[in-house]
Amino acid sequence: MQNTFPWLSLSIWIPIFFGVLILGLGRDRAAPLVRMLALVGSLLGLLATLPLYTGFDAGKVGMQFVEDVVWIGRLNAHYRLGIDGISVWFILLTAFINVLVVLAGWEVIEEKVAQYYASFLVLSGLMIGVFSAIDGLLFYVFFEATLIPMYIIIGVWGGPNRVYAAFKFFLYTLAGSLLMLVALIYLYYAAGGTFDLLAWYKLKIPASAQTLLFLAFLAAFAVKVPMWPVHTWLPDAHVEAPTGGSVVLAAIMLKLGAYGFLRFSLPIAPDAARDLDWLIITISLIAIIYIGFVALVQTDMKKLVAYSSIAHMGFVTLGFFIFSPAGAEGGIVQMISHGFISGAMFLCIGVMYDRMHSRNIADYGGVVNTMPKFAAFMMLFAMANCGLPATSGFVGEFIVILGAIKYNFWIGAAAATTMILGAAYSLWMYKRVIFGEVANRNVAALKDIGTREFAILGLLAVAVLWMGIYPKPFTDLMHVSVSDLLQHVAQSKLPVR
Amino acid sequence: MEPMNLFAAAPEIALLAGALVVLVVDTFVSDRQRNVTYALAIGVLTLVAGICGTFLSDDAVVYAFGGMYVADSMTHLLKLVACLLTALMLVYAQGYARDREIWKGELFSLSLFVLLGVLVMISANNLLVIYLGLELQSLSLYALIALRRDDAKATEAAMKYFVLGALASGFLLYGMSMLYGASGTLDINDLARQVGGARVANRLALVLGTVFIVAALGFKLAAVPFHMWVPDVYEGAPTPVTVLISSAPKLAGFAIAYRMLVEGLLPLAVDWQKMLMLLAVLSLIVGNITAIAQTNLKRMLAYSTIAQMGFMLLAMFSGVVGGNVASTANAYSAALFYVITYALTSLGTFGIIMLLARQGFEAEQITDLRGLNKRSPLFAFVMLLLMFSLAGVPPTVGFYAKLVVLQALLGNDAPLGVVLAVVAVLLSLVGAFYYVRVVRMMYFDEPTDTAPIVATQDMRIALTFNGLSVLVLGIVPQYLLALCASAMIKALGG
Repeated sequence: MQNTFPWLSLSIWIPIFFGVLILGLGRDRAAPLVRMLALVGSLLGLLATLPLYTGFDAGKVGMQFVEDVVWIGRLNAHYRLGIDGISVWFILLTAFINVLVVLAGWEVIEEKVAQYYASFLVLSGLMIGVFSAIDGLLFYVFFEATLIPMYIIIGVWGGPNRVYAAFKFFLYTLAGSLLMLVALIYLYYAAGGTFDLLAWYKLKIPASAQTLLFLAFLAAFAVKVPMWPVHTWLPDAHVEAPTGGSVVLAAIMLKLGAYGFLRFSLPIAPDAARDLDWLIITISLIAIIYIGFVALVQTDMKKLVAYSSIAHMGFVTLGFFIFSPAGAEGGIVQMISHGFISGAMFLCIGVMYDRMHSRNIADYGGVVNTMPKFAAFMMLFAMANCGLPATSGFVGEFIVILGAIKYNFWIGAAAATTMILGAAYSLWMYKRVIFGEVANRNVAALKDIGTREFAILGLLAVAVLWMGIYPKPFTDLMHVSVSDLLQHVAQSKLPVR
Repeated sequence: MEPMNLFAAAPEIALLAGALVVLVVDTFVSDRQRNVTYALAIGVLTLVAGICGTFLSDDAVVYAFGGMYVADSMTHLLKLVACLLTALMLVYAQGYARDREIWKGELFSLSLFVLLGVLVMISANNLLVIYLGLELQSLSLYALIALRRDDAKATEAAMKYFVLGALASGFLLYGMSMLYGASGTLDINDLARQVGGARVANRLALVLGTVFIVAALGFKLAAVPFHMWVPDVYEGAPTPVTVLISSAPKLAGFAIAYRMLVEGLLPLAVDWQKMLMLLAVLSLIVGNITAIAQTNLKRMLAYSTIAQMGFMLLAMFSGVVGGNVASTANAYSAALFYVITYALTSLGTFGIIMLLARQGFEAEQITDLRGLNKRSPLFAFVMLLLMFSLAGVPPTVGFYAKLVVLQALLGNDAPLGVVLAVVAVLLSLVGAFYYVRVVRMMYFDEPTDTAPIVATQDMRIALTFNGLSVLVLGIVPQYLLALCASAMIKALGG
C-alpha cells in the first residue's frame, strides 16, 4: 500500500459526478454544453485511471491501490476497493470505451441529450466500481445499480421494439443477481460477519454448500455473460439499443459476468467449480458452435454481431474452466480484445445506421464504392472478429485453443471450429454489405466517414493491432494475478475433517 | 406503583393540545383563510416532532401512568417519523384537497387525531391502551375517508373500512379478553411474566387468544388473508387519506405487533412465529402477483403494500428463535428499518399521484404517468427513484431494507431461513416487474396528458426532498440503520 492516493475512487466518482452535473443542467437547449461536459468528464475519468496502469506493480500478488473505509457499520460492510492484474485492464477498458461512446453519440443523439450522456457517464462509473470493489456488498450494489441506467438507455433511445428489450434485459439480469444476493449473505455469515472478499477466499466450505453457492453465482453471471441458454436477452437488447448502448453492452457489460466468475465462483467455490466444469464446458461449446451457426443466418447486422459476441464469450468461459494458465490468460485476453472488436463492430454498424437508418444486410451492398475509408476500417475489424493473426482476436482464441487441446483434444478441436464459423459469418456479412455493385440509390448517396468517426475507429484499430502484434504488456501485467487465482482454484477448500 | 411521569407523554400531550387548538381556531377561519389552519397544523407537527427529536438521544426506558405507558428509544424514533410523515402528507395534500373541496378544518384536526392514535399505540404498554389508540386512529380514519360525502366511491370505501375495521377490532378485543382470562393482567410486562409461568391448562386459551391477536394485526398491517379491504380502501379514499392509511398507521402496527407478540407473548413465540410466517409468505405471493394485473395505480400500490408488509413480517418472524439479544435485535431492527423506509417511499409515490391530479382528474391510472419525463424530468426522476426503491434495486434505500431482512432470515442458520429467503427474492423479482413498468410508462412512452403540472413551491421542494432522500439513504444507509439497531437494542434492554 505504498500509494494511498485514491485513484480508484476518482475513477469511479469523476464520471458519476459529471453525470449528475449534466443531469442537473438538464435542458436540451444546452446540448453543446452538455456534450462538452460529457467529453470533459469522460476524458478526466480516463486520465484518472492512467496512474492505475503506470503505478501498477506487476510482480506483486494481491490487491493494489487498496482503499478501505467502514461503510455500513451494522453490517460490517466496507467501502473497500482494490485491483489486481486482472481488473486493472477492465477499468482501463471501461474508461477508454466511455470516451468513444461519448464521441459516438456526438451528432447523432438529438433528443434528451443531457439524460443520454448522464446515463452513460453514471453507468461507466458504476462499472468501474464493479471491477474495483473487493467487498461483497459493495460489488453487489455497483453490479445491480448498472441495471438502472442501462434499462433507461435501451428503453428511451432504442429502436421500435425497445420496451420489450428493456424489460427482458432488466428482468433476466435481476433474476440472476437476486440469487447471488442470497449467496453473498450466506458467505457473510460463513465468514463470521464480514463482506471482505479476501476473507471469503480463505473460507472452508462444505461441498453441498459450495455447489449451491456456485449455482447461485452461475445464475447471476451466466445471465450477464450471457451463456447459452439464458442468452436470449442479448440479441434483443443489442438490436434495440442505440449504438452507444450496444457498444457498452458488448464491450463492458458482458465482461461483468465473466469477471464475476474470476472473482467469486472460481476462488470461493473451487471444488464445486471442478465438479461442475463439464457443465460449463458443455454450454460454452454449445455457445461457440451452435450460436456460431445462429449468427450465420442473421439478416440484421447488429443481431449477427450480438450472436458472435455470445460465441466469443463462450470462448472466455471455456478458457476459465479448463483451469490452466493458458486457458485463464487466454480467456482474459479474449475479454479485453472482444471489448475492442465488438465495440468497433457496433460502431461500424452505427456509422452505417446513422446514414441509412437500416441494419438489414439486404439493404446494403457496394458500400466500398462510396465509403472507401470506412470499408478499410470495417475490413480490419471483421478480420479481427474472425481471429485473423496479428489482430487481437487471434491472440485470445489461439491461447484458449492451445489450452483446450492440452486439456482434451476433442474439446480443443470443437472450440477451434470457431475459426471457421467466425470467418464465415463475419466475412460473409462483410462481403454482402461492402462489396459488389452499388445496391441502390441510398447506398450511392452515402458519405464517407468524417474526422470524428475516423478518430474513433482509428483509436480502436490501433488498439486491436497493438494487442494482436505485441500482446506481451497485457499478459505480463496479469501473469502474477492469474497464477495466484489458479492456485486458489487448485487447492481444495473443503473443510478438513 | 409507578409514578405518573407525565413528562414521558409530552409528545402526546402537546399533540392533543395542538389538535384542540387547531379545532377551535378553524371555526373562526373562513374557507379562504384556510392557510392559517394549515400553518398551525404544520406548526403543531413540527413541535411534536421536535419533542420526539430531543427525546431521541435519551436512552432510558421510562414508564408512565402506572406502567400503562412506555417511552423508549424505539418509540421516540417511530414517533418522530410518524410526525414527519403526517406533516409531509399535509404538504402534498394542498392542491389536491383544495380542488376537491376537502381543504377543511376537519382534514387537519382529524389527521392530527389519527396521529395521536398512532402515537398512543406506539407507546402503549397495556392491552387496553393499545385498543384505545387503535380506535382513536381508526374512527378518525373512517371519518376522513368519507370526507367527500358526495363521492360514492369514497363513501363505499369508508363503509368497507368501517365494517372490516370493526371486525378487526372485535378480533383484537376478543383475543385480549382471552389473554386476560388466562393471565389475569392487561399489563404487557405482567403478561410476559404470567405467560412465562403459565400452567399448561391455560396454554390453550393463551394460544387461541394469540391467534385472534395475530389476525387483528394482520388486518392492520394488510397481510393476506386479511387484506381484502386494502385495495378498495386505497382506491376509494381521497389520496391524502390513502397516504395517511399507508404511512403512520403501519409504524403503529409494527409497534403494537412488537409489544404484544415479542414483549408480551415471547414464551408463545413458537406458536405465533408460524402464523407470521404463513402471513408473510401468503402476502408476498398474493401481493406481488395480483399487483401485476392492476391498471389503477392506487390499487397497484395497495397490493404492493401487501407484498411489502409480507417482507416486513418475514423479518419479525426471523427474530427470537436463537434467544440471544443480538440476533433478536438484529431481526426486529430490520423490520423497523423496513417499515420506516417503506412508509417514506410509499408517501412519495402518493405524493406524485397528488401532484399530477387536478380538478376533475385523479391521475390514478398507471397510464396517466405516460411520458412524465417529457412533462417534468425532475418528478419523473423522483418517481423513478421511488419505484426502484420499492423494487429493492440499489443504490436506493429499498435495497438495504430487503438486504437486512434477508440477512436476518439467513442469520438463523436453519434451512427454512434459506428457503424463505429464496422464495422472498424470487417474489420480489415478480414485484420488480410492475414497479419497472411504471418507469417504462414515464420514460419510454409519449405523454397522453399534456396539461402543465401545477404545484405549490413547498410541495415541489418536499417531494423532491422525499425522492432524493430515498437515494441519499441508499448511498449512506449506515446512519439510519445504526439508529434502528441501537433503538431496538435499547428497547430490548440489551
